[in-house]
Amino acid sequence: MPRFEPLLERMPTTRTPEFVDRTAPGGAAGERPSYTAEAPFKIHGGCGLMGICDESGSLMSGENAIRAMAVQRDRGNGLGGGFAGYGIYPEFPDHFCFHMMLHDVRAKEEAEAVFDRHFTVDLAEPMPTRPVKGISDAPLLWRYFLKPDPHRLEETEMSEEDFVVHVVMLINSTVDGAFVASSGRNMGAFKGVGFPEEIGHYYLLEEYEGHTWVGHNRFPTNTPGWWGGAHPFTLLDWSIVHNGEISSYGINSRYLEAFGYKCTLGTDTEVAAYLFDLMLRRHKLPIELACKALASPLWSDIDRMPEEERALMRSLRAVYGPGMLNGPFAIVLGHNGGMVALNDRIKLRPLVAARQGTIVMVASEESAMREVLDAPDRVWAPRAGEPVIASVAGAEQPFHDDLHLSADEVSCAVTGVVETCETVEVN
Amino acid sequence: MAAVKEAGTPIEGYIQVDPEVTRDGDVVTIDCRGIYYKHVNEAVRSAFAEGATTVRLTNVNGQRYIGTGISGKGLRIEVEGTAGQDLAMFMDGPTVEIFGNAQDGVGNTMNAGTVVVHGDAGDVLGYGMRGGTVLVRGDVGYRVGIHMKAYEGHVPVMVCGGKARDFFGEYMAGGMLVLLGMDTRIEGPLVGGYVGTGMHGGVIYLRGEVEPWQCGKEVGIFPADEADMKQLRPALERYCEAFGVELAEVLSVPFTKLVPISHRPYGKLYTYV
Amino acid sequence: MPISLIQPEFKVHIDYDKCHKCGRCVQQCGWGVYNFNERPIPDDAKCRACHRCVTYCPAHCITIKKNDLALRDNANWSAGLRTAVWRQAETGGVMLTGMGNDKPYQSIFDHLVLDACQVTNPSIDPLREPMELRTYLGRKPDAVSVESDGDGGFRLAEGSGVEKNVKLDTPIIFSPMSYGSVSLNVHRSLAMAAERLGILMNTGEGGLHADLYPYADNVIVQVASGRFGVNPEYLNRGAAVEIKVGQGAKPGIGGHLPGEKINKEVSETRMIPQGSDAISPAPHHDIYSIEDLRQLIYSIKEATGYKPVGVKIAAVHNVAAIASGIVRAGADYVYLDGFKGGTGAAPQIIRDHIGIPVEIAIAVVDQRLRDEGIRNQASIVAAGSIRSSADLAKAIALGADVVAIGSAALMALGCHMCQGCHTGSCSWGLTTQKPELTRRVDPEWGAERLTNLVHAWSHELQEILGALGVNAVESLRGSRERLRSIGLDQQTCDILGVKPAGL
Repeated sequence: MPRFEPLLERMPTTRTPEFVDRTAPGGAAGERPSYTAEAPFKIHGGCGLMGICDESGSLMSGENAIRAMAVQRDRGNGLGGGFAGYGIYPEFPDHFCFHMMLHDVRAKEEAEAVFDRHFTVDLAEPMPTRPVKGISDAPLLWRYFLKPDPHRLEETEMSEEDFVVHVVMLINSTVDGAFVASSGRNMGAFKGVGFPEEIGHYYLLEEYEGHTWVGHNRFPTNTPGWWGGAHPFTLLDWSIVHNGEISSYGINSRYLEAFGYKCTLGTDTEVAAYLFDLMLRRHKLPIELACKALASPLWSDIDRMPEEERALMRSLRAVYGPGMLNGPFAIVLGHNGGMVALNDRIKLRPLVAARQGTIVMVASEESAMREVLDAPDRVWAPRAGEPVIASVAGAEQPFHDDLHLSADEVSCAVTGVVETCETVEVN
Repeated sequence: MAAVKEAGTPIEGYIQVDPEVTRDGDVVTIDCRGIYYKHVNEAVRSAFAEGATTVRLTNVNGQRYIGTGISGKGLRIEVEGTAGQDLAMFMDGPTVEIFGNAQDGVGNTMNAGTVVVHGDAGDVLGYGMRGGTVLVRGDVGYRVGIHMKAYEGHVPVMVCGGKARDFFGEYMAGGMLVLLGMDTRIEGPLVGGYVGTGMHGGVIYLRGEVEPWQCGKEVGIFPADEADMKQLRPALERYCEAFGVELAEVLSVPFTKLVPISHRPYGKLYTYV
Repeated sequence: MPISLIQPEFKVHIDYDKCHKCGRCVQQCGWGVYNFNERPIPDDAKCRACHRCVTYCPAHCITIKKNDLALRDNANWSAGLRTAVWRQAETGGVMLTGMGNDKPYQSIFDHLVLDACQVTNPSIDPLREPMELRTYLGRKPDAVSVESDGDGGFRLAEGSGVEKNVKLDTPIIFSPMSYGSVSLNVHRSLAMAAERLGILMNTGEGGLHADLYPYADNVIVQVASGRFGVNPEYLNRGAAVEIKVGQGAKPGIGGHLPGEKINKEVSETRMIPQGSDAISPAPHHDIYSIEDLRQLIYSIKEATGYKPVGVKIAAVHNVAAIASGIVRAGADYVYLDGFKGGTGAAPQIIRDHIGIPVEIAIAVVDQRLRDEGIRNQASIVAAGSIRSSADLAKAIALGADVVAIGSAALMALGCHMCQGCHTGSCSWGLTTQKPELTRRVDPEWGAERLTNLVHAWSHELQEILGALGVNAVESLRGSRERLRSIGLDQQTCDILGVKPAGL
């Protein structure tokens, strides 16, 4: 679309790879990508998605996630794919793992300087990748297993989680060309521009094992900016993938802005991320009720409920009405304790679920589950607005209890948009 | 079930190669394992063009458009596995039998022919269906039988053996839509809300009862009488034959009939400039 | 010298060939236009073009035309301005008028257009799928708190819900119009319609006639500076109480119901002597500042067991800050009345030149309350020339929770906007207390017409929501992304928070 052209001129994706020598130090500031280039306007697009969780905590190969997305290839258009895996770094279960997207060596050096000031980095290495046809112009991809520097932590009097997210904001706001793709413990996001099976293959996902995986296939109707803009979105261990276009975006974003969030990307996924943060972390709503607020029952259904439930639902809907996601959507929230899948109140987007023993799986199409599960006990289509919740046994379910972020800090951490981060004090 | 993965090659959902085809008289078998739908459907069309009367698709998983746009009587497609989106769309005459579940959009704008699903079927089943028969053994999703219509000799019939979600028979303009609630994995009522909302033609038969709040304001709810059961019986017989169900068992519960109370339910809605 | 320099505005023409000489026109005209001398003889000077006679003439032989008596064109000195000068030179009086601002100010609503879904998200069929308009009026908590119900589920924590909100089946209520300014039959019509529609009528400042006590669940009782009819029983005969600070048609000034309109029943309802003038002071003399408003809000809450209390203000320049103060003072809703709002009587100079458009007021108040994080704490009711369901939808998209309709409601009852409310001689029997005129409105007939109107607008709003691909009105509310402007300047667009079409 013409209106994107001036921005795209500055984007590496419009250049042939040889124009960007990522190994050379520096580069003109104007060439550094910004997350905002992804969407100065509302982004339209459909997609496909998947989520799988073994509630026993047993680990599964990332190949499952790739295969589930691969059969749903026609739901995307090759302009974005991504995954998040949980429990994938058993060697470093207590470390935070930063998956970094770096435009060039200078960005890497600057980001590492930030790490050095705040963390003890126990392992830094390039993300293992393999060349894949169709995947080009990847940024430098590195990962860092790290822990907050005890002295800095003590100085700031923050929780470890707050400390880590503050460093995410610091990098996003001050290090040109560096973006934190994920920063949780024992998890990671793997995403980029391409079909999801290509992206998964590029990252050698079949060599990882996790108890929970989510995947996303994107069909944007605009040209995506750079790899950071692919999905999932993450906040610490949360990852969010989303299918559909929410027709209530306008009021959802204004509602969140009243709570201090900054909706800068024009994507429904961003809005969903903040709504979860608001309801689960800040308002302490149980996940089941947060889902009822996001995909409210109809008034006619509420009116038929028993009095106590009716009073609750009426208030939930009246209070969170501006946050209700109206229009077609299916969404999966992954986290260290499992996953939650939800679709809209009148089932305008598909979501199918299956269970095989302790494994719970969801996807946009049943074929994704048939591809992965050899003998599901049950395959069903969840009712509109009825969440599918999978919980890993023994995993803690409170949602980010140790985070004390303000809304604009969350926005900065999730999006890495420089303009958003400018309003946040980071040190 | 994915295409064979060799070290160093990407995992593909479907590979873009011609499927393996074996022929035994009039019956052609196509192994669809990991094959992209375009190649599968080309092979189906070629088989019919070359005189096959039955095409058996094995190892199907999510391939789209099976039987879509195919015309001709006496042609038969058998599907083993999970059929993908828009199965039998625009189909005009053939029979498609699925030994497994069907995804969304089966029988979309179908003109004639038969679809038999031995498992469950997804959302928007039989959208705008103008003729032919759809028989589903199990549960069906949202907006099933939406805008089914009839025209002269074309009268579509759909029988779903399980339970259905909301908007069953929405906008229905003709034909017969039947829900049995027998072979189901859904807990709760036979059917969701907004049954027959916007209905202005045709008839819905439900095996069992329905609450008025579940139904659109455009429909009247009546116990099925003798004449109704006579009209319904052939459809039930076809269902029983297809799935080996005892007719007596089907008939052991009284049916409810839903019909529109007006062919023009919105006559009073408008005023004129 | 002529008696007056002012020539009749209208010409009444009777086709005597068709005239039945039945005298119906003489009987119907409240303004005394007709004399009967073998046949009806009109006095053009008294005609207000209210069409009562035209409507009731069995022979269809009456035509009312503009008097096309030429005045020399002058774009600066309109005919209206010249007439006003002559009239004031004759009388020395303040020009008094009724209904809303009739000057050709730009209508912002007419420069806003709504969105629709195509491909990337579906439109929704409003006739067959759920399309929810239910709206809760009142203060809402920022968050819902729940506690375990001991059975794996949850229940509402005490005091965390919206029990005190008023449920509306559609986001349209009736504007305050006092008994006194309008007739009891108008009040009856409004109350009956409000009950059938699941919405609210508003007493205005003239009290609530005892006949309407059964409609308490569908009534907002108003407390204005004159405190007419206000006593504990009155306060408790409403679903909500409204403090009227100002009115869009006459911001900053009070009211004056002449003694002639204070008959026995009005007197009883207002609790003032028959025949005495009912004067509403310009301000509430117990509200000289915002903390006084808080004091009044809470005294009403104390007196009513904490019913919702709203505050009605005229939209003026600093409306955002004022509304913010009102919410912080404890109001459950803020009623914003734009400068095109109607009135029973107002000085023309005030009506036509004071205040700001309601579109702007909604936009700046909604944004200010959001900026301050208090938008949940109060509903916004918008009024002041909501002329159609398009205005309704646009007002909601700008941020209003509910709109109130007054002029449109009166038109449903027959009003032709002749702007003669202040005369007390309304031929349609609306803004009068003359028994021979007020009986022209049969409350059952009136209630049906009002119900029809609100149903029709609600259906149209559902059509709009369907096109927008949302099935609940809360998903349009404040969703300015679904609006675009055509032909508004950039600054106005910025204030409205609306992008120009094309972006």
